[in-house]
Amino acid sequence: MHKEKITHLEDIARNLRVSIVKTLHKSQSGHTGGSLSAIDMITALYFHKMRHNPEDPRWKDRDRFVLSKGHAAPAQYVALAEAGYFPKEDLMMLRRLGSHLQGHPDSKGTPGVEVCTGSLGQGLSMANGIALGLRLDNSNSRTYVILGDGELQEGQVWEAAMAAAHYRLDNLCAMVDVNALQIDGEVAKVMNVSPIADKFRAFGWHAIEIDGHDMGAVLTALDKAEDIKGKPTVIVAATVKGKGVSIFEHKASYHGVAPNDDELNEALICLGCFED
Amino acid sequence: MSNMKATRDAYGEVLAELGAENGNIVVLDADLSGSTKTAVFGKRFPERFFNMGIAEANMIGTAAGLAAAGKIPFVSTFAIFAAGRAWEQIRQSVAYPKANVKIVPTHGGITVGEDGGSHQSVEDIAIMRAIPNMTVIVPADAAETRKAIRAVAAHKGPVYVRLGRNKVPAIFPDDCYFEIGKGCEVLHGTDMTFVTTGLMTGQAVKAAELLKKEGISARIVHIATVKPLDQEIILKAAGETGAIVTAEEHSIIGGLGGAVAELLAENLPTPLKRVGIRDRFGTSGKAEELLKYFGLTAEDLSEAAREVLARK
Repeated sequence: MHKEKITHLEDIARNLRVSIVKTLHKSQSGHTGGSLSAIDMITALYFHKMRHNPEDPRWKDRDRFVLSKGHAAPAQYVALAEAGYFPKEDLMMLRRLGSHLQGHPDSKGTPGVEVCTGSLGQGLSMANGIALGLRLDNSNSRTYVILGDGELQEGQVWEAAMAAAHYRLDNLCAMVDVNALQIDGEVAKVMNVSPIADKFRAFGWHAIEIDGHDMGAVLTALDKAEDIKGKPTVIVAATVKGKGVSIFEHKASYHGVAPNDDELNEALICLGCFED
Repeated sequence: MSNMKATRDAYGEVLAELGAENGNIVVLDADLSGSTKTAVFGKRFPERFFNMGIAEANMIGTAAGLAAAGKIPFVSTFAIFAAGRAWEQIRQSVAYPKANVKIVPTHGGITVGEDGGSHQSVEDIAIMRAIPNMTVIVPADAAETRKAIRAVAAHKGPVYVRLGRNKVPAIFPDDCYFEIGKGCEVLHGTDMTFVTTGLMTGQAVKAAELLKKEGISARIVHIATVKPLDQEIILKAAGETGAIVTAEEHSIIGGLGGAVAELLAENLPTPLKRVGIRDRFGTSGKAEELLKYFGLTAEDLSEAAREVLARK
């Protein structure tokens, strides 16, 4: 992997982190921690791996993306805005009445959003369906889906995991954002989901374990997933909830809380923006 | 009534025909394809048929994904497992995004019979009707099922079509007209009106014959599309006949009876009696026995007609 490419993507991810905290500060509502933990993977997908066209969101040869952990919508929204799917000013309307940027992704209003997510556990099933549909059309397009680790507590995820392997969906790549925290605390204490990679392997998947904030590792894993034939691949990515902003890191309390004025300033300092 | 056929059998046939006509139609089932008759499609188009195993939640989500990829998924299992088990998946993954998914369960209502209360959905119309963007259709017979399924395939958006297990008498000719959202007058009458859906329209035909012998002229308005409700034909019947009996193989709460009660109460208060299952679960027995046990026979409808006529 070219070092310049990685550095370039890391720069984008840093800018998107700034955008996430500004967006959430403006809306004063939304999910900070899980957006920041997923943004490196989302950056790798939108600005490197996926074939897509912001000028033509419904381009038939596009790769598809499903944010199964729909509460990280701000992370997807800032990436879509940065890519050019809609004006960046729209971000300032997040969660407002009349905005196309709903609290959780809504395919009816937001260009680039494929399905409606937000009720946890349903996105992998939908991604499977998209992958099956693409295969029926002999399409080379791939389907990517990001799940949360807490989300794996939903039984439907495992119904879908079984089905993806049964139908040998090698055009599907799932990524699990393992930030180890959920609203009520540590995932391991609320309802342990470990060992995640072994569970997926037992269901018939190829599993790759990486550091979800190591951009080079994310890119390598995404390339490797494309080479695996006859079975779906899951990238189990160890992440830090709130990554990049020390005051939010490793804190379940920032799961569904937006930054206040002081926290915004501190976050911007953390992210290298020396604004007021 | 010699011409008897189950709506699920008509579904299996027309689905296979549609499969030949439209390559975008795909079918999903949850290990009940022999019973729901989607196996007919599966045999002819195995590459477009997906058995999802006994996992209804994932089946609905997968169908939503197939719709997002431009396919027209028909999803079948028993009504209780579609509407009940996968209600939230239907709400979130299908109805909220207006996904072009057709949910067509069979074995609706109590005429499932021997399997008993666990398998008899008596509340599916109500819980499907409550979901925004959802269209709810309950055909009366095989001919109407064929027309309804064709209309549903051509319609863009989520639809729930409730079919039955048992053979039912033919009400409509093979070339009957069907339009989503339109009720139809099966029998003209002037004294009272039966507003019915599904197999209860057949019971109303028998009831009207019984009433005729007593000199009572009963109208029958068949409502295949419970949502969106054909308000016009019901209000016209209420205005012209002055008494309404609704009948459905479903709870009297929230289904056709509920919808008609809401409509009349707000627009044209009219003496009304809802015939249906009176807030109870089903039970094992033969279908015919159960119709009698739960008060869904032609005799029960006639009695209900006399009751509303007395309140006119």
